[in-house]
Amino acid sequence: MPIEQLCTITEMTPLNNSTYWMTLEVGKLVAEQGLRAGQFLHVACGEGLLLRRPISVAYALDDEPENTAALIFEVKGEGTRWLAQRKVGDQVSVLGPLGNGFTVEEKGRYLLVGGGIGVPPLLGYAEAYHQNAVAVLGFRSAERVILADRFRDCCKEIFLCTDDGSAGRHGFVDAQVRDILAQDRDFTAVLACGPKPMLKNVAKTAAEFGVPCQVSMEERMACGVGACLGCAIQMADGTMKHVCKDGPVFAAEEVDWNV
Amino acid sequence: MSKVDLSVELAGVTMKNPVVVASGTFGFGREYGQFYHLSELGGICCKGLTLHRREGNPPPRIAETPMGILNSVGLQNPGVDAFIEQELPELRKHDLAVIANISGNTPEEYGIMCEKLSQAGVDMIEVNISCPNVKAGGLAYGTKPELAAEVTKVAKEHATVPVMVKLSPNVTDITEIARAVADAGADALSLINTLRGMRIDLNTRRPILKMNTGGLSGPAVLPVAVRMVWEVACAVDLPILGMGGVAKGEDAAQLMLAGASAVAVGTACFADPYAPIKVRDGLADIASQQRLDKVSDLTGGVRPW
Repeated sequence: MPIEQLCTITEMTPLNNSTYWMTLEVGKLVAEQGLRAGQFLHVACGEGLLLRRPISVAYALDDEPENTAALIFEVKGEGTRWLAQRKVGDQVSVLGPLGNGFTVEEKGRYLLVGGGIGVPPLLGYAEAYHQNAVAVLGFRSAERVILADRFRDCCKEIFLCTDDGSAGRHGFVDAQVRDILAQDRDFTAVLACGPKPMLKNVAKTAAEFGVPCQVSMEERMACGVGACLGCAIQMADGTMKHVCKDGPVFAAEEVDWNV
Repeated sequence: MSKVDLSVELAGVTMKNPVVVASGTFGFGREYGQFYHLSELGGICCKGLTLHRREGNPPPRIAETPMGILNSVGLQNPGVDAFIEQELPELRKHDLAVIANISGNTPEEYGIMCEKLSQAGVDMIEVNISCPNVKAGGLAYGTKPELAAEVTKVAKEHATVPVMVKLSPNVTDITEIARAVADAGADALSLINTLRGMRIDLNTRRPILKMNTGGLSGPAVLPVAVRMVWEVACAVDLPILGMGGVAKGEDAAQLMLAGASAVAVGTACFADPYAPIKVRDGLADIASQQRLDKVSDLTGGVRPW
């Protein structure tokens, strides 16, 4: 069950010129509400803005007395700009836990595929499945790369791709995913987060190799709890589902990729 | 501070406080019911229902604007029968007025839904003649007095519970529609629905909303709502559920002074799930500071120049 809570910021570190790592003291959200990576917190960003901003949880820890969650966000507009200007010790109001996160099994072997700001929600899974997970991380260019060392430290293997070739492989992540699956399709699932065109291509590639794929999706959101029906995603069967309540993670084959 | 009587009456329906949640912002109560007991509320205007299930409009459906949001959800709902079977029994477990909100493609559809919902035991029916997101019906009924009157008449013929008609602000003269609806037998009016608006992305030159335009709600529309409630209250002798941008007690008090008997909180819930409760408590404080015995004494109390 979600609650509203004031959380103190214990860390605010820039990862590149527009992406920030914010650690929050989340109290009972982990221990009692079950907050975990891949879910999101709906963060109030300043007095003048009406809507909260949904931010994915990169990881959540219930190590007493820490109880922290890491939220990694990109400055995209007024709200996230306000958030980036907060300092350690400031408090922010959050609603959560919200959304579902990826469905994983304890002994699973996962191929993690992230694009840009879609990389952070995979971090908790990389750390939980360390030594067994393979990660493909895509960014626009070398200066946009974030968290690559963290993934390198915990994954069995990581592959870096950039759109302009300034770091790692030149090209999109789905080409790398194709090469990996062509060699070895023995993954429990592909877990992917990133822009919709990337997810579409990764989902298609995974389907070709018969590997189950879960995708974490984004849509413009208002309430965050399933009341306003704003953040709709069209499903292959013609129905609508909602990122906040049914997602953000969906089985790739459920989603209508042709809209 | 003295204890203020918060109870109000709206078209014969008594509510323990004047704060209702607005249709389309609160679903059928399940989501925000996780945060507090729905019995804290005076009532709920349920998510808009249609005769058959609707999936609504393609995304994006939401665009934030200065102190407001645009939406083009497009009446996504499970249909009136699913509401009666699955949602109404849950809502009935709580002590609050249950107001079903309906939209039809034809007057006949309004009639069928009024019959079903009256039999199912809702406390009131809010007839939406003003949803701006549906091509057929919807706004057309809300902008033409004779069509608004026709729908009201059919609803009244088929309903055995009070009928409240929700008015669109997207008209030149809202009192003209209000009078037509009043003459056709409406028991109450609710206003305002959203104002049509648009927001454009400068880089893509695309409207943010897939439907191009949508309905504006939130604090930005409060002064329009206050003005329209006042105009309608002056024009017709019907109880009014006032809404539009209410986020705190002062906002609700303004709508009541303008002539509303009760107020609905909508978009404010998105930022703060507890907004309706804060509005209720804020209203009680205002009534108390103004030494009123009952909050209903605010209704129509404006002293225009």
